[in-house]
Amino acid sequence: MTSRDVLFAAVGLITAAAAVLAVTNRRVLHAGLWLVVALGGLAGCYLVLGAELVALVQLLVYVGAVVVLVLFALMLTRAGAGEVDTSVAHRWLAAAVGAGVTVLLGGTLVAAYGWESRAVAGASNEVIGAQIFGTWVWPFELLSLLLLAALVAAVAVATTGHGRQGRS
Amino acid sequence: MELPLTLEIILKAVVVLAAFLTLPLAIGQTEHKVMAHMQGRLGPMEAGPHGIAQLVADGIKFVQKEDVTPAAADRWVFRLAPAVALIPYLIALAVIPWSAAWVAADVPASLLFVLAVTSVGIFGTLMAGWGSGNKYSLVGGMRAGAQLVSYELPMVLAAASVAMAAGTLSLTGIAQAWSWWWLVWQLPGALVFLVAAVAELQRVPFDSPLADSEVVFGPYTEYTGLRFAFFLLAEYAGIVVMSLLFTVLFLGGWAGPWSDTLGPVWTLLKATLVAILILWLRIAWPRVREDQLQRLAWMVLVPLALVQLALTGVGVVVWG
Repeated sequence: MTSRDVLFAAVGLITAAAAVLAVTNRRVLHAGLWLVVALGGLAGCYLVLGAELVALVQLLVYVGAVVVLVLFALMLTRAGAGEVDTSVAHRWLAAAVGAGVTVLLGGTLVAAYGWESRAVAGASNEVIGAQIFGTWVWPFELLSLLLLAALVAAVAVATTGHGRQGRS
Repeated sequence: MELPLTLEIILKAVVVLAAFLTLPLAIGQTEHKVMAHMQGRLGPMEAGPHGIAQLVADGIKFVQKEDVTPAAADRWVFRLAPAVALIPYLIALAVIPWSAAWVAADVPASLLFVLAVTSVGIFGTLMAGWGSGNKYSLVGGMRAGAQLVSYELPMVLAAASVAMAAGTLSLTGIAQAWSWWWLVWQLPGALVFLVAAVAELQRVPFDSPLADSEVVFGPYTEYTGLRFAFFLLAEYAGIVVMSLLFTVLFLGGWAGPWSDTLGPVWTLLKATLVAILILWLRIAWPRVREDQLQRLAWMVLVPLALVQLALTGVGVVVWG
């Protein structure tokens, strides 16, 4: 065990614990704050693995923007105030989906790399940039198209009805 | 002189902490005095020569005050909020270079690091707004959230323009690549960055989250004593970090005559001027309304930042 292994285990443990708290907490706003810890911890995991750029983008985009928007929406709707109780079926379904994704991702990793451990040398920022805007540019653009579609749909949902009723 | 690694790290951490504890106070002191003189009023003059110890007196007053947690507050969220607002600026200060040699932690993508870490500080404001259990705090927190998300984008775009021009994400590398004609080339980006920085700090004219005539003191309404002082300290620390960042990105950092020896002095001088400019805005301008604030971000700053990016791209291709 190197010190990096210990560090990775510690950060991973924090991330996993925060993630569990985020999905089990009954108060939605607290769950959102635990999600901040989980996503920040994930950035820490990337950092320990040497992927500096990925870690910082994770922090900037997910923690700094996405969760802020989630919390903002919660404050706007007052959904954060009360406690939320989900049905038993709902919980089992969520657990099954979570377990399924875990098995799928874990299976893919094991199938691709086997069980033996290997040294990770995080790619430099230049390499990651060249890969994203070179090899993976089309999936990347496709993702932005998806976001654009979601944006247009959101505007459409927000503005439908206003036109017909006129300004009251 | 070669020091053992552990000792060097501890020493650097202590120096950064010392800078973090003194520079915001210096900003606070400057704000008191600059404001008073600009407005032609004396301000408190009793404590020390020219009222210089007033800030210390304020600090002692804050320590003595009772630490009140309102009954309706979300206890832990309320209590942790000041720390969440303050600590990101401490971490950001560690990677900002004062000269090629004077940098506590020289990480490869330090520009992105500063932007990413400071964007976490907003949770302090959001947590305060939510946790206080007060309608004014909630409205103020929501305003802060909307404002910070809107101004994050032009800020990152303006910073990206400089990174593109320098061809690196390292702050040290950017300052070394800087030359005087960037003052013209990167001018739109510099203006966008400065406006966005003032908005991120929620300073006048972008202080509608704290607007005292509308929402008392926004997210900080319920805070007393030291926790309130920490929020003020976070604001001043934010001015320090943003002034230094602006200096390194747009003013060449330590560039100047005899920069080999006088580098850090140049950085400090330029950053002080930027900080005084930010303080000046508070006195010179009235508060911008919430809707005007959003319009400015999306209809002026973002297009301007995109134009700057295009301009930088053309410049890099033609001259680079």
